[in-house]
Amino acid sequence: MANERFDAIIIGAGPAGSAAAYTMAKAGLNVVLIERGEFPGAKNIFGGVIYRKQLEDIIPEFWKEAPLERQVVEQRLWLLGEQSVVTFGHRNEAFKEPNNCWTGLRVKFDQWFAGKAEQAGSLNIYETVVTELLREGSKVVGVRTDREEGDLYANVVVVADGVNSLLGKALGVHREWKPDEVSLAVKEVIAMPREKIQDRFNLEGDEGLTIEFVGQTGGMAGLGFLYTNQDTLSFGVGVMVSDLKRTRVKPYELLEGVKQHPMLRRLLQGGETKEYSGHLIPEGGYDSIPPLSGDGWVICGDAAQLVNFVHREGTNLAMTSGRFAAEAIIEAHAKGNFSREGLQGYDRRVKESFVHKDLKKYRGMHALMHDVDPNLLFDKLPHAVNEAAYQMLLVDGVSKAEKQRMAVRGITAAAGGAMNVVKLGIKGWRAING
Amino acid sequence: MSTVAEKLYTIRYKVDEQSHLIIKDQETCLNCQTKECQDFCPAEVYHWVEKEKMTSVAFENCIECGTCRIGCPTYNIEWVYPKGGHGITYKFG
Repeated sequence: MANERFDAIIIGAGPAGSAAAYTMAKAGLNVVLIERGEFPGAKNIFGGVIYRKQLEDIIPEFWKEAPLERQVVEQRLWLLGEQSVVTFGHRNEAFKEPNNCWTGLRVKFDQWFAGKAEQAGSLNIYETVVTELLREGSKVVGVRTDREEGDLYANVVVVADGVNSLLGKALGVHREWKPDEVSLAVKEVIAMPREKIQDRFNLEGDEGLTIEFVGQTGGMAGLGFLYTNQDTLSFGVGVMVSDLKRTRVKPYELLEGVKQHPMLRRLLQGGETKEYSGHLIPEGGYDSIPPLSGDGWVICGDAAQLVNFVHREGTNLAMTSGRFAAEAIIEAHAKGNFSREGLQGYDRRVKESFVHKDLKKYRGMHALMHDVDPNLLFDKLPHAVNEAAYQMLLVDGVSKAEKQRMAVRGITAAAGGAMNVVKLGIKGWRAING
Repeated sequence: MSTVAEKLYTIRYKVDEQSHLIIKDQETCLNCQTKECQDFCPAEVYHWVEKEKMTSVAFENCIECGTCRIGCPTYNIEWVYPKGGHGITYKFG
């Protein structure tokens, strides 16, 4: 490995890194993709949805070969009470053609994606940790790895080392994330026969669905998810680290607790837990995005906080940022200019795309989560909505007009008065329309 | 119901001889009012041993999430990745 020189070094074989390596290798650049796991995906988890559009922009008709689980035809949102639920959802045959998104599992998917980069000509090196970025003055010129004589040099380094991004911090691109800028998600993959999944979730063939649920996270900002795979379920819950610190709830006990909810218990029962996992999710939003490029480097994906947590989109933003970084580096390569100015094409592409626009739209969400008591948004309100629904549907001789008054009163009381409902409404509206 | 030990048993580990997690200063742990790492860690890595007045670190349980790095109130945990190829290897992800 000693003293080899590359056009680009990519750190991390997740969706951002593999997208970057694939795009550059395909354009004929000499690239190396470094991954610390035994294989790509070995360290990675997500909820698990893979979106069509952004991957199709990189590999047309990828669904004919990529390891995907089920095509999502229905998405549900559940507001949970202690033993009840108010459900929202949308199912549509139109989600099949063109396909909107699939469920997936990262061990299979990430290996496939990194393999595509390798086929395109990328040199993939696994079981190798990049411990340091090598610099000459302010310019990044290579990486130091934990291999013997493991220094590698390149014109540009793509930092795609995930949410913890030790290298982004070493570079001084971003400070340490605060506990309210990240959520901890814990997840289980639960095996269940294919037919049972299809019967329980009203699915045929490869159809799949996603359920997100709010309201049973012990007053912590967060949500749970239950996704259908071919013969497993992905089940988990993610809550803000600052709230974990405040409540002292153990993450795995939260997961076990929510499993006992009557709505979830019935769907999960009989399943066998095959794997437990945990990962941080960047949730700082727009205002936590660091500078995206500098002299000899770019930063992509989770490492750059490019996650739209309102719509639980992350891998698609990661892939797109990896592709944009690659396209900018290809331009820089043609001009022989890898300075901050030379790599500005990356920042520009991100800024003109949905990545920047969507994160900007929800810019206020982080402040909203900060300002409003999570107990109100993630516990009291969903519970009050459940109670209101229960009362409206319960026929017990009380007049409908009285029931309506009680429902409004219940929700108003949960929010701490009528003025607070209005304020919360305005704040909420602003937060999602930044 | 499954315990955290049963959960961790589902993960394949290749354990390094050396810990990738180091308590910078045990004195700081002694003075820590909350010792909350015992609660927020999803893999039960940290345990305050009253008799020895120290935080024990079961690094071989670690799922490499990084919560302790950010969650420790005094940033008293030196956190790096396990050596290449070591630590967790998921089967599903």
